[in-house]
Amino acid sequence: MRPDQPLLPPAGGPVAPNARTLQPVLEVRDLRVVRGGRQVLGIQHFAVAAQETVAVVGPNGAGKSTLLLALSLLIGPQEGSLFLHGKVVTPRLALNLRRQIGLVLAAPMLLDTTVRQNVAAGLRFRGIRGQQVSTRVDEWLDRLGILPLRDRHARELSSGEAQRVSLARAFVLEPEVLLLDEPFASVDAAARSQLIDDTERLLRETSRACVVVTHDLDEASRLGTRMAVIIDGQLRQDDVPQSVLSAPCDEDVAAFVGVQTRLLGRVESVQDGLAVVDVGGCRIEALSTLSPGRQVMCCLRPEDVTLRLSGQAGPVTSARNRLTGSILRIVGKGPFVQVTVACGPMIVADVTRASATEMGLREGEQVEATFKATAVHLIGLQQ
Amino acid sequence: MDDLVQITLLSLGVSGVATAISLLIGLPLGTVLALSVFRSRGLVLSVVNTGMALPPVVAGLAIALMLWRSGPLGDLNLIYTPTAIVIAEVVIATPVILGLAAAGIGQLDPRLQVQLQGLGASRYQTVWWLWREARLSLLAALMAGFGSVISEVGAAMMVGGNISGQTRVLTTAIVLDVSRGDFGTAIELAGILLALAFMVNGVLTWAQQSGRRG
Repeated sequence: MRPDQPLLPPAGGPVAPNARTLQPVLEVRDLRVVRGGRQVLGIQHFAVAAQETVAVVGPNGAGKSTLLLALSLLIGPQEGSLFLHGKVVTPRLALNLRRQIGLVLAAPMLLDTTVRQNVAAGLRFRGIRGQQVSTRVDEWLDRLGILPLRDRHARELSSGEAQRVSLARAFVLEPEVLLLDEPFASVDAAARSQLIDDTERLLRETSRACVVVTHDLDEASRLGTRMAVIIDGQLRQDDVPQSVLSAPCDEDVAAFVGVQTRLLGRVESVQDGLAVVDVGGCRIEALSTLSPGRQVMCCLRPEDVTLRLSGQAGPVTSARNRLTGSILRIVGKGPFVQVTVACGPMIVADVTRASATEMGLREGEQVEATFKATAVHLIGLQQ
Repeated sequence: MDDLVQITLLSLGVSGVATAISLLIGLPLGTVLALSVFRSRGLVLSVVNTGMALPPVVAGLAIALMLWRSGPLGDLNLIYTPTAIVIAEVVIATPVILGLAAAGIGQLDPRLQVQLQGLGASRYQTVWWLWREARLSLLAALMAGFGSVISEVGAAMMVGGNISGQTRVLTTAIVLDVSRGDFGTAIELAGILLALAFMVNGVLTWAQQSGRRG
């Protein structure tokens, strides 16, 4: 932290292209949270900068919400140091810290009063009075599209409306950091997508630093400029969403982010950055710089695999990997079907329902699975 | 008739003051009990619950022993004064208000406290809003507290002494009239007592119901 660095550009000003060069707004080091004698969270370093939205993802019970509460000093006992704009925050200064954040929980937790009073509550806590309160409240009700609801009682709203009030209540504070804990979990599916879009837009417009906890990878990649994966109370990977999704750092992360084909193998040879991996007798080519002899895990996302029936002519592809096998299982997955092919190693592929019907994919059918070398991500395993 | 007015006002005054003091003690303690986690919390809760079921006669006896001329607080010369009745009634009403307030606040969603603090509420601002959220239960606690003392007779008799013009309240007067066979006056006083209880609870219920919205 260098205090002599120039200040961040004003909100709405030019946006630095690389968020990682920005000074963190909120930062935590060597965090340890213990519950009932068991460590539920242990994080060496986690930070969020202005104009950045960090999506914290992970399975249920991994410690995501605990991280959020720890960042606002709302739980104890905990160890570690918390910094706001590089200045250490002690528990004595907790209230001061909390007045620089805006917290939104999974359940809207609205107060038993009108919408307007709910949104005004945080401003009143900060001693703001009079005309300024109603001006700011109305502005944020409007920006969240709920201005007509302002005199309604908060307990009479739909789930989507209620969560919009909760978001307005946090945004109106113009906090240094917004902390959102599963903010869309309580909202019914119909209203959710629009609310995610609106939240994304408001975060962009306000350049607010934001940490959003979610178990939903779609939400995370829509909102997050960065994705932090927490599993078993540990921060396993913290990177741009694309990297986390396509190049997970370990098997748990790979499994969590939907890499369904995970195969153990050994690097046979490497030439010009192209590795040949032996996976139970099959050869799989992948881009890698790992040295020959290294034990690896080959990760392959199901959407990167193309299937066609064996013996049928298909389009010429540049895919370097071709494996044939019989279909073991076909499972529905939204607009796709997920096909497991026994090629020796098991390869999982997503196929749209339309093309699955067109091709007449059935269990037991012989198919050829093709995928590019660039689609395969190798995780080097400990020797 | 003056006598009747004086007795009624004393009843109302003593019970009102006792309820107010009990609220001042019981609400903060009940809040702390509901919101904090400490090792002997279960024990404290059982003590409070026992206190809620404390027979007024026992409370009266304890206060009488303390305030008796030869007792530890005898020098204060409080026995057989309205103050003595107030003290006894505070002992009776405090656990009731404390216990019901703790239960009412304890029923609130714990995430509400997290949310308030996460919006920057100080400790007192948080408690204020939690009281506001629990206001229906808190008014019920207040009604139960007042009800437990306005109708109380044993302690008032023991520490007040039922002295005419000084410590005679509605309940003790009724007991005396019945023992004298003066059922007419007893019924009259009972009617006043009932009307008083009805009015006070009516006002509180009205406040409670209008508090449902707003």
